[in-house]
Amino acid sequence: MDRTTLDLWVGIFVAAGVAALIGLAMKVGNLTSNPIGETYTVTAAFENIGGLKSRAPVKSAGVVVGRVDNIQFDNETFEALVTLKIDKHYNFPKDTFANIYTSGLLGEQYVGLDAGGDEVVLKNGDKITHTQDAVVLEKMISQFLYNKASEGGEKKETETAQ
Amino acid sequence: MFNHLVKSLRGIGHRVIDRIWRLGCAARFFLQTLVLSGESLRRFGLTIREIYFTGVLSLIIILVSALFVGMVLGLQGYNTLQKYGSSEAIGVLVALSLVRELGPVVTALLFAGRAGTAITAEIGLMRATEQLSAMEMMAVNPIARVVAPRFWAGVISMPLLAALFSMMGVFGGYLVAVPLLGIDEGAFWSQMQANVDFREDIVNGVIKSFVFGIACTIIALFEGYDAPPTAEGVSRATTRTVVNSSLAVLGLDFVLTSFMISV
Repeated sequence: MDRTTLDLWVGIFVAAGVAALIGLAMKVGNLTSNPIGETYTVTAAFENIGGLKSRAPVKSAGVVVGRVDNIQFDNETFEALVTLKIDKHYNFPKDTFANIYTSGLLGEQYVGLDAGGDEVVLKNGDKITHTQDAVVLEKMISQFLYNKASEGGEKKETETAQ
Repeated sequence: MFNHLVKSLRGIGHRVIDRIWRLGCAARFFLQTLVLSGESLRRFGLTIREIYFTGVLSLIIILVSALFVGMVLGLQGYNTLQKYGSSEAIGVLVALSLVRELGPVVTALLFAGRAGTAITAEIGLMRATEQLSAMEMMAVNPIARVVAPRFWAGVISMPLLAALFSMMGVFGGYLVAVPLLGIDEGAFWSQMQANVDFREDIVNGVIKSFVFGIACTIIALFEGYDAPPTAEGVSRATTRTVVNSSLAVLGLDFVLTSFMISV
């Protein structure tokens, strides 16, 4: 084989390989769909975070505004301390509510921010004080059963009274 | 009876020691290749020639099998995901399984079969026809002149081939999912992009294919270099290349995955 055509083929091969890598990064991966640039960090304490994981999205009004950076257990208050990284472009009032929601019935969990009405905005290192825990299915079911049982008990009591 | 037992025990011991001996030789061979690879990087034409033989000529088999692997993943995944009403997640399934596992592993297995055997047979025949000895006579180190360019060609080709495999596989999955099964195109791509992480998934896949490239190429080179200079010796060495490369790839895959997935 001629030397130059061989070089050409190798060049095509390497170019195609690099193009495939870039294609994977852009089209398949989240390199382009992750527009979160500079961020600021806020923390929030939850009594129960359910199945929340680090790198889970932080959404406000359904729009991704940041990511969960870190989850730790605070051994003094016995709460989960969640660190959120939020895009610098978005400012939230100081009395913003942080909730843990589930996307869909069995989907992944994310942190939802509901903006409050305060004039002062959250700054780097601030702590969100208003939080709501993740819904734990077992707790809900047991509460439901407990309510049902007590309802039934009341009915019986009223029946016997009559 | 007793004699027979001793004989078989001795046979096992002999084999084990022989394997360990060969492992040591392979490690020394690997180090020598790395030390003597200066020439192959200075005279890059040598390496380019080998990239043509190991990389470019493997393209057809890699791309065609990737297309079919992606299409099968699409069909099988759709079947199961549909039961749970989340058939849009097919893009995630295809992309993650290709980028994380199938891309690097299947490419490495095909690479061992397509390029590894060729390398072993070529170097084995060079040894059998005393070309390597002739080089030594001319004060040319065969490891620097013959082995190192092939090594670097394999190491360079492998990640590129794996990336092409993953991309082609995703395209195959797309072909089945969107035009054939009628899944929404927007959901297919956006779900994929939302769940495939660049650092965690794609870069880890590239690291894997890089390691597999080193393992497959060095095994093929060593088996060829170490082959007995007979027709039977070369044929056995070629078989050993495929067996050992496959085992090494699958074993290394487990080790690498357990390092990468740290929950």
